[in-house]
Amino acid sequence: MLKQLAEWVFQIDFLFVILRITAPILFAALAAVVAEKAAMTNIGLEGTMMLSALFGFLIAYWTQSWFLGVIGAVLVGTLLALMMGFFYLEFKTDIILTGIAVNMLGEGGAIFLLFMFTGLRGNTAILVTPNILIPTINIPLIKDIPFLGKILSGHCILTYVAFLLVWLIWLLLYRTPLGLNIRAVGETPQAASSVGVSVKRIKYIAIAMSGALAGLGGAFMSMYYSQGWNQGMVAGRGFIALAAQAMGRGEPVGAMLTSLLFGTAHGLSSKVAGLPNVSSFLVSMIPYAVTILGLFIYAWNRTRKLKKRGIRRLTGI
Amino acid sequence: MADTPVVQMLGISKIYPNGIPANQDVNFSVNKGEIHALVGENGAGKSTLMKILFGFEKPTSGIILMDGEEVTFASPMAAIAKGIGMVHQHFMLVPSLTVAENVVLGMAPKKSGMFIDFKEAVRLTEEYAERFHFDVEPNARVADISVGMKQKVEILKALVRGAKVLILDEPTAVLTTQETEELFRQLHELKNQGFTIIFISHKLNEIKELTDRVTIMRRGKAAGTYDTDSISEQEISRLMVGRDVVLELEKTPAEPGEVVLHVENLQFVNEWNKRMLNGISFDVRKGEIVGIAGVEGNGQRELVDILFGLISPEEGSVHVNGVNISDKSQRDLRNMGVSYVPEDRMTFGIAGTASINENIVSDRIASPAFNKGPLLNMKAIRETSQHLIEDYAVLCKSGRQHVNMLSGGNIQKVVVAREFSADPLLIIADQPTRGIDVGATELIRNKLVDLSREGAAVLLVSADLNEVMELSDSLIVLYGGNIVGYFDDGQWDDVMMGEYMLGLKKQSDEEVKRACHA
Repeated sequence: MLKQLAEWVFQIDFLFVILRITAPILFAALAAVVAEKAAMTNIGLEGTMMLSALFGFLIAYWTQSWFLGVIGAVLVGTLLALMMGFFYLEFKTDIILTGIAVNMLGEGGAIFLLFMFTGLRGNTAILVTPNILIPTINIPLIKDIPFLGKILSGHCILTYVAFLLVWLIWLLLYRTPLGLNIRAVGETPQAASSVGVSVKRIKYIAIAMSGALAGLGGAFMSMYYSQGWNQGMVAGRGFIALAAQAMGRGEPVGAMLTSLLFGTAHGLSSKVAGLPNVSSFLVSMIPYAVTILGLFIYAWNRTRKLKKRGIRRLTGI
Repeated sequence: MADTPVVQMLGISKIYPNGIPANQDVNFSVNKGEIHALVGENGAGKSTLMKILFGFEKPTSGIILMDGEEVTFASPMAAIAKGIGMVHQHFMLVPSLTVAENVVLGMAPKKSGMFIDFKEAVRLTEEYAERFHFDVEPNARVADISVGMKQKVEILKALVRGAKVLILDEPTAVLTTQETEELFRQLHELKNQGFTIIFISHKLNEIKELTDRVTIMRRGKAAGTYDTDSISEQEISRLMVGRDVVLELEKTPAEPGEVVLHVENLQFVNEWNKRMLNGISFDVRKGEIVGIAGVEGNGQRELVDILFGLISPEEGSVHVNGVNISDKSQRDLRNMGVSYVPEDRMTFGIAGTASINENIVSDRIASPAFNKGPLLNMKAIRETSQHLIEDYAVLCKSGRQHVNMLSGGNIQKVVVAREFSADPLLIIADQPTRGIDVGATELIRNKLVDLSREGAAVLLVSADLNEVMELSDSLIVLYGGNIVGYFDDGQWDDVMMGEYMLGLKKQSDEEVKRACHA
């Protein structure tokens, strides 16, 4: 069994698939990283992805331009996040409850809006034309490298964007004044505000960026991965991303590594599902089970370290 | 130049929306190039006055003049722009950032249009550090540096932003003796370079040592400004509280009974692998106050945390009345008669948004006396609380008031009212009077002595040397995680203590072993 798994994992086409499956999780995980750096848990990623995926697709369909569709998805993601920020920052609502509201809006609202705009129920498969789908590109030189070339080349443009963003987000957080402000606001807001950094403004910017990143994830899902929008498409990726953020210690590179882990689990589950005598329902649990297991190992490891330092009982649990 | 007022606050009144007047017609004037002390009990209005000067609060009436011109500060940024800098008691630093990053936060130098110029940030920090002889390491993470250095970073932050008038809010509360001396040297240096310093403090000896003039505040009003040389500590203290505070404490000799707290060979290594406790053994007996003296950071924090079961020692044991406490919860400890006055009262001492009544009975809420079937007996709770509020002179509107609405001294009175009324066998009092006013300090000290004379064992940990020397029946000095001195003859003075606390002197093992009586 394990041998079989190892064989799958190290096949060229499977490694290619892993990158593709990882990309949307990575977008969302980076969204979680940016928000969390400013001390906001963006639990609304799931709903943000749902709605931006829908609008990205619809805009692409109406304009017959995948590019405008992606831009639209990013805008919708940003707007939803700004709305979350508005309630959280202006009316002091709980950020988690606000995020849950966005998720419920995404769940029900997307189905309703799709029907309102197109009369379709549940999915947009019949509207798909090649113009709507985000194109894949072959990278010159790299595509000719044996083995690696076949893994790294030929991906959707957004897949490259996702991995490029890991570096860009790191650069933003650690090399720009805005990033310094985001980290300061997230860690010690009173210190930031005491030197004239507007905590509210920085939090707005961070949550907006988080929404934009989730928007890219949504666009990836409906305009490439699923080839059209459908109801169950995001499938918990917004929540898995939060786990990836936590396990990746809130850092862009860490989030990328954990996203790859979850991507691999996802890929394996579809492989296993192809075997005879295996319940597909059971198999579709794998990525989520891996997420829980991952979080457990992470939390256990951290608790052990705290215990080693002699810290106990402070929380009463 | 000496008599040119740089800041004048005229007729300042501040009435909070809840109707409480914090400042009433206060006049406050600071001359250019002086160190001006602002003293007063907690709740006397000095913090409010400084918040108004720094733009945190708007005065209800009154005006502020800087160099003779009227100014209004809508925000701290406006005050900073006019050359006012404030070093808060609780540092406004981001722990995970470096010193240089903290210094330039909000005004980070850029290169290539968008990236932070880290080299320039470090250069700027070094330039200011050199100009004012501040010894800071620009590339160190703030989380890793000492409290004294953090404070220097705070002062640098203000100077880099062009501050000419520095407000220091109880800056020595967190400093060791050496760090305080260093700070004073630096403040003198700043004064010589023409800076003006407003120094908020409770410590009268520091005010005498450091400042040129002193303004005393009492109950929201200015009770006068004096040349520091022309006024004695006793006079300042009388003006602050409006009566003579008995700084010398009346105390009958202790008659120690059997051992209550037995501490044996405690060892502890902290998360940065620094050995904080290196085999500590001592006893505390019924009816005596054992004081732990020492410069902060020499193991006191860890010792107290172990005694109240918040952390576990690597080695060694703690027995209370012969019972090993290693697997006891805080609840168990309290049931065994241990009371605890924590150093950090806001986190460990109270629940801020709960009422005074609720806080006072929080350790005994399970007792049948406070329950009626499944419900709480509110009448009994109210009566008990009211009794304690009176007994401990907690200044409040009613027992239903939220604790975090009270001043620091009154919050601490709520804590000790609860802890001291639990009929304790052993009291662990960690910095019981830190940062609170003279009246509350006096009350808490007297209660500690009374309880010990009635038979409680008291362990007093305090960074206030006068406090431990005055209250203790015997004294333990901690240095570098070791007991370096044990004194039980009452023959001690600050010079001698200082030598042990700074590690200049050390008793022999035989002498230190006298701390164990079993």
